[in-house]
Amino acid sequence: MTNSDTITDQVFDVESIRKDFPILQTKVYGKPLIYLDNAATTQKPLQVLQTLEKYYTEYNSNVHRGVHLLSQQATEAYEAARKKIAAFINAKHDHEVIFTKGTTNSINLVAYTYGRKFLKEGDEVLISAMEHHSNIVPWQIICEEKNAVLKVIPIDEAGELQMNEFDKLLTPKVKIVAVTYVSNSLGTVNPVREIIAKAHALNIPVLLDGAQAVQHMPLDVQELDVDFLAFSGHKMYGPTGIGILYGKEKWLNDMPPYEGGGDMISHVTFAKTTYNELPFKFEAGTPDISGAIALGSAVDYIQQAGIHAIQQWEEELIAYAYDKLAAIPSLRFIGDARHRAGAISFLIGNIHPFDTGEILDKQSIAVRTGHHCTQPLMELFHIPGTVRASFACYNTKAEVDELVRAIEKAKRMLE
Amino acid sequence: MTIKEEQDNIIEEFSFFSDWDEKYEHIIQMGKDLPLIDPKYKTDENLIRGCQSRVWLHADYNNGKIYFTADSDAVITKGLVGMVVRVLSGQTPRDIANADIYFIDEIGLKSHLSITRSNGLLSMLKQMKMYGVAYQAKEI
Repeated sequence: MTNSDTITDQVFDVESIRKDFPILQTKVYGKPLIYLDNAATTQKPLQVLQTLEKYYTEYNSNVHRGVHLLSQQATEAYEAARKKIAAFINAKHDHEVIFTKGTTNSINLVAYTYGRKFLKEGDEVLISAMEHHSNIVPWQIICEEKNAVLKVIPIDEAGELQMNEFDKLLTPKVKIVAVTYVSNSLGTVNPVREIIAKAHALNIPVLLDGAQAVQHMPLDVQELDVDFLAFSGHKMYGPTGIGILYGKEKWLNDMPPYEGGGDMISHVTFAKTTYNELPFKFEAGTPDISGAIALGSAVDYIQQAGIHAIQQWEEELIAYAYDKLAAIPSLRFIGDARHRAGAISFLIGNIHPFDTGEILDKQSIAVRTGHHCTQPLMELFHIPGTVRASFACYNTKAEVDELVRAIEKAKRMLE
Repeated sequence: MTIKEEQDNIIEEFSFFSDWDEKYEHIIQMGKDLPLIDPKYKTDENLIRGCQSRVWLHADYNNGKIYFTADSDAVITKGLVGMVVRVLSGQTPRDIANADIYFIDEIGLKSHLSITRSNGLLSMLKQMKMYGVAYQAKEI
């Protein structure tokens, strides 16, 4: 763990960070782009883009197979990326880090393989009311197949989990708890340490959806003692199409393979196939080699800027944005959690979020509008959706000021 | 007025605006002029699902012509709906079914007809043409 002295000593220079992201120089409708849709996907720094180009121009080759030099170089870079990611989340073993297509793919992998092995009729899977569809639907599918029951931890008005209800729902019938670390729609940071401790007291494993967490705060899987962690490369300055499933070795060894194919086998005959060891057992077929290597570069980038420094800057930025937005008459926050990260969701009076989003877009501000793939959550709040401004390390207070000015204009036009 | 003439009128109206905000204010205004759907027709059956904003559409057939009424929960979408209704309402089923709707593109709102926008406008246009086809079939 980094001690507090080094945290405060670390200087975070947002202007120099911004120079690393070529797309931030882009103009939309003739004005500088203000990109506040980072929870959907972040922009990519030059370092990541150069890694992709270097891979394809200098050593593109398939991994784990070739006897030739390029294949060895590609394999080394691919495995070096795995090591970087393992170090980033402090995994005990590199082979606990599985390359996937993204968070959705990671959760589906666990739902399908863990579910196939450990879920029986009448068992329960516990998720929360603020889950992204990707942490709802895979569990619904396996529950339906196994005649198991999907249970939901309710949330309160502020968009925080009702932990007393969680206590009641957490019974020995529950075979896995799958919750998000940070809500993509509300920005709520959930009390995952408490959830994990309580679940472990009943020997129930916990999967964390870390898609909105890893880019905003330090995350140590051993310290959390979490069993599974799913996250995406493209939300943490890496490319699309690559993601991570972290799993404790004992679970990954116990789970059956997800997909069959090349690289995941040890020996194949028509009578019987034996599977490869971790992590390859879960990486069938040619993986996203360039994506994995570039994700390693994204992790390097975050480490260089300093995840603590990023966290500190983003917290300052979000507090600033919150205060500025709160001063806009008739603006109401959707989700008002005491501890939030990454995103702020809001509505203005009775204005449809889609209208607000369109008028913001015309003023060169990119936000997300709609249900954010959390339809059950929107139904709880009785709203069609929200306007969501979500932040990354390269956003500035000047951009927040522009957002506020643009919202005021939208208000004048739409109210 | 023909469908073409009505579209050309709209294009001319928009040619007076140089700023995007004037254009949007005009669109929103046209939403206010939209002949509103009778609340009894605001049913799920008449709901055109877009990804984000919702549109309700009703068609009445009278003396060989189709008259549309509609509504939307988003004011910009409602304005666009208002323009399309202005163009197609009161026309014959045949003309509606065969209509070439070009004004949306001409006034610079092409993105509203793309799949990425998913605001129901494209589905609404299809539905209106379907009414045209259906009433045409009834006439034969």
